[in-house]
Amino acid sequence: MTEASASGTSTGRKNIFKTLEFDTRLLGMVGAFVVVCLIFNVLTDGRFLTSRNVFNLTIQTVSVAIMATGMVFVIVTRHIDLSVGSLLATCSAMMAITQTQFLPSLGFDYSNPMIAVLAIVVGLVTGALIGAFHGWLIGYLTIPAFIVTLGGLLVWRNVAWYLTTGQTIGPLNDTFQTLGGIGGTMGVTASWIFGAIAVAATCYAIWQARRARVAHEFPVKPVWAEAVLMLICSVLILGFIGMLNAYEVPSRVLERGFEARGEVMPEGYTEGYGVPYSVLLLVAVAVVMTLVAQRTRLGRYIFATGGNPDAAELSGINTRLLTVKVFAIMGTLCALAALVASARLSFHSNDIGTLDELRVIAAAVIGGTALAGGIGTIYGAILGALIMQSLQSGMAMVGVDAPFQNIVVGAVLVLAVLVDIIYRKRTGDA
Amino acid sequence: MSDRKAPPLVEMRDVSVAFGGIQAVDNVTVDLYPGEVVGLLGHNGAGKSTLIKCLSGAYKMDAGEILIDGERAEIGNPRDARAYNIETIYQTLALADNLDAASNLFLGRELVTPMGFVNDAQMEAETRRIMGRLNSNFKKFKDPVKALSGGQRQSVAIARAVYFNARILIMDEPTAALGPQETEMVAELIKELKSQGIGIFLIEHDIHNVMKLCDRASVMKNGKLVGTVNVDEVTDEDILGMIILGKTPEAA
Repeated sequence: MTEASASGTSTGRKNIFKTLEFDTRLLGMVGAFVVVCLIFNVLTDGRFLTSRNVFNLTIQTVSVAIMATGMVFVIVTRHIDLSVGSLLATCSAMMAITQTQFLPSLGFDYSNPMIAVLAIVVGLVTGALIGAFHGWLIGYLTIPAFIVTLGGLLVWRNVAWYLTTGQTIGPLNDTFQTLGGIGGTMGVTASWIFGAIAVAATCYAIWQARRARVAHEFPVKPVWAEAVLMLICSVLILGFIGMLNAYEVPSRVLERGFEARGEVMPEGYTEGYGVPYSVLLLVAVAVVMTLVAQRTRLGRYIFATGGNPDAAELSGINTRLLTVKVFAIMGTLCALAALVASARLSFHSNDIGTLDELRVIAAAVIGGTALAGGIGTIYGAILGALIMQSLQSGMAMVGVDAPFQNIVVGAVLVLAVLVDIIYRKRTGDA
Repeated sequence: MSDRKAPPLVEMRDVSVAFGGIQAVDNVTVDLYPGEVVGLLGHNGAGKSTLIKCLSGAYKMDAGEILIDGERAEIGNPRDARAYNIETIYQTLALADNLDAASNLFLGRELVTPMGFVNDAQMEAETRRIMGRLNSNFKKFKDPVKALSGGQRQSVAIARAVYFNARILIMDEPTAALGPQETEMVAELIKELKSQGIGIFLIEHDIHNVMKLCDRASVMKNGKLVGTVNVDEVTDEDILGMIILGKTPEAA
């Protein structure tokens, strides 16, 4: 709906990208990402693009990427949320206390998997309620989002501190920890099956979209263009999964696993990690959020309100309630991010999520979300998060001093927005 | 002229609206019959737009009542107005610039699939159908409406009113942003809508358009109604006199 796709109605010869109806912005971002990866790969003598580093990069990105998808909605409706890092800390504290203190005190066994489920529910409810409360202050009491969430930045950071008295709480429940990344992966076979399903779903979606257009006798791109698109998507998905599968569990860890079961590890036995559950969670969030953005009334209203709040209001859209919904979604996603972040650390720490609000906003903005509202994509925000994390960890691998790392990241953020402005002016694009 | 035996399609009776200390609309009564175009005239700030926004649900009246088909209607927000088949085409072209024509046409009333997802293909097909009728030159179905010309944008706004079977249409300076050819297109459209029995409130500054398109004209000045005249019984100078001097011509 808002993507910069080529119009496809004009006839005659066009260049190949137009025929494929690729989003040129998306291509630009992917191009930037590839360049970053290649440069770091050269600078680190090939260590950057090893399966181990790709795996780590992926699980490091998940938490920020999950929140960035929600930040897209917030920024598209012309608001901002500065409190996501603090909200993450409060949700994390609530989940940690629930599983280590509250539920055990009710007689739950400490390692009971139900503890993880209940803790997650408590976290999600906390996030949704706080987010909805922010939305109510902004939508109904008309306090600017900047102020509400700036206040929230201080309030929720210190609510988390108060709840935990500043202590680090851990270790967290074993089942809970499987959503952190390396602590819970699908294994090679399941990952390939997941990959196959993802490829099938992608191809089906592309085909279905074409059929809908044919059914209404709209112009469609040539079959070969659809086929190329399917092929590219399939290669990307399977290549990514192949990379994660290639990262092998260290043999000492495997040996310990066999010993625990009272067996002896066979000679030359190996096992790949495969897709982490946290990445699976991110994929699920991305799919759901994209569906909401493009295929539901809620998404349509979010973009309409961002494009012209008065028009939306006059069209009968309840923009106040919409604000509450958008911030409730943001809060829920903060809770999911808190789950992933604390599970990855295996404990709740007092400084968890510090400065995440800036990373999340930067990811959304680098991913093409316009602060003026009305424009933004979910995949862009996730790609933005990935680019930020690549820069950060790439520079750490190269051995760039910490102050320079932050200087570069800050400069890149400003530069990315400048490039975006120039791009929009050139193309006259929305 | 229309049939006056039936109750009017719309009657706004003794409407008053104040903003702070300013009486924007002061005890104004206007009415509208089916198949009739009533021009609302007056200087900027005379209160025309404020009056009409009470009917479209954007503002709330401080006093007075609205009758539709002779029955009292409660219009508290734009959704209520839509329920009475009141459609509004705003001066500012109330379109979401970042969305395409179909999304704007169906904004707030999207067609959905049985699964509850918005049915973009269906909406685009309906948009193509109605635009083919209203403005067959319209081709940019995939672009955000920001990329459209003033006339094209206006035709999207008008298509929205027509598609949803408006009975009462409010047009707030529909030709203000348009070139001569596009103005002509809108004029043709108004005549066609009129012949379908739709009642139209037309807020208009151009006196020639008023003389050409309207059956009656209600003139406002400083929030008060100067008077309502039958357009074919007065000259354009009479109407200008009402607008500028606030005096009712002898003939009316």
